[in-house]
Amino acid sequence: MSLVAAELERRGISTVVIQLLRLVTEKVRPPRALAVPFRHGYPLDSPNDPAKQRAVLEAALSLLADKSLQPPAIVDYEVR
Amino acid sequence: MGDLSEFSFKYRLYLKAYRWRRIDPVPWTPLKKPLPDCRLVLISSAAIVTADQDPFDNFIRIGDTGIREIPWDVDIATLRETHRSKAFDHTGIRRDPNLAFPVDRLREMAEAGFIGSLNHRYLSIMGSVTDPAQLIKTTIPPVVSKLVDDRVDIALLIPV
Repeated sequence: MSLVAAELERRGISTVVIQLLRLVTEKVRPPRALAVPFRHGYPLDSPNDPAKQRAVLEAALSLLADKSLQPPAIVDYEVR
Repeated sequence: MGDLSEFSFKYRLYLKAYRWRRIDPVPWTPLKKPLPDCRLVLISSAAIVTADQDPFDNFIRIGDTGIREIPWDVDIATLRETHRSKAFDHTGIRRDPNLAFPVDRLREMAEAGFIGSLNHRYLSIMGSVTDPAQLIKTTIPPVVSKLVDDRVDIALLIPV
């Protein structure tokens, strides 16, 4: 997904990638990433829990509007 | 979680030894307008397909590098997850595809004004492609051109 994000950024589309493995994120270096502490298969926390899913999505999309970030930006998600 | 400890010994070895591509230089497109004015595309690597689409192929050695377009207003109950990986638990996403393909959540967020609008096409690919060159060089560029034509401002990419 990081490589896809890079292609989009090169074409003028701002991206944010949710990432499950910080180790890999640091190696690949997508432009903007939200590193979440969830296991694979559960990128938005929990099934059938709209509030938890929305919280992750809001945190990810908010990175797009954060003017303090510089590439590559990896931000850890704080579970609410 | 969020580290290698969730995987079996075999997958941990594979992930440690895999030669991950390093993006360098890192491209950067700053947001040009406020989020409530932006058009969003969702891209997921959970191998999601609609009821009338073929599942991703589980027998291609390097992984299926195809892509599916999924309409933004699809009924979540009609989506199927067809990812080939045995390395993770599929039960959550099969119970609720919003977990990796959050069409319902994004519609709610657009209605609430958190984001401006949703692109009419979302994209679905399958992760665990062991040689991503074909995906990046062949599959993705024409699709990105479509998204540029769609006037997409922002992309949300979700793995599984």
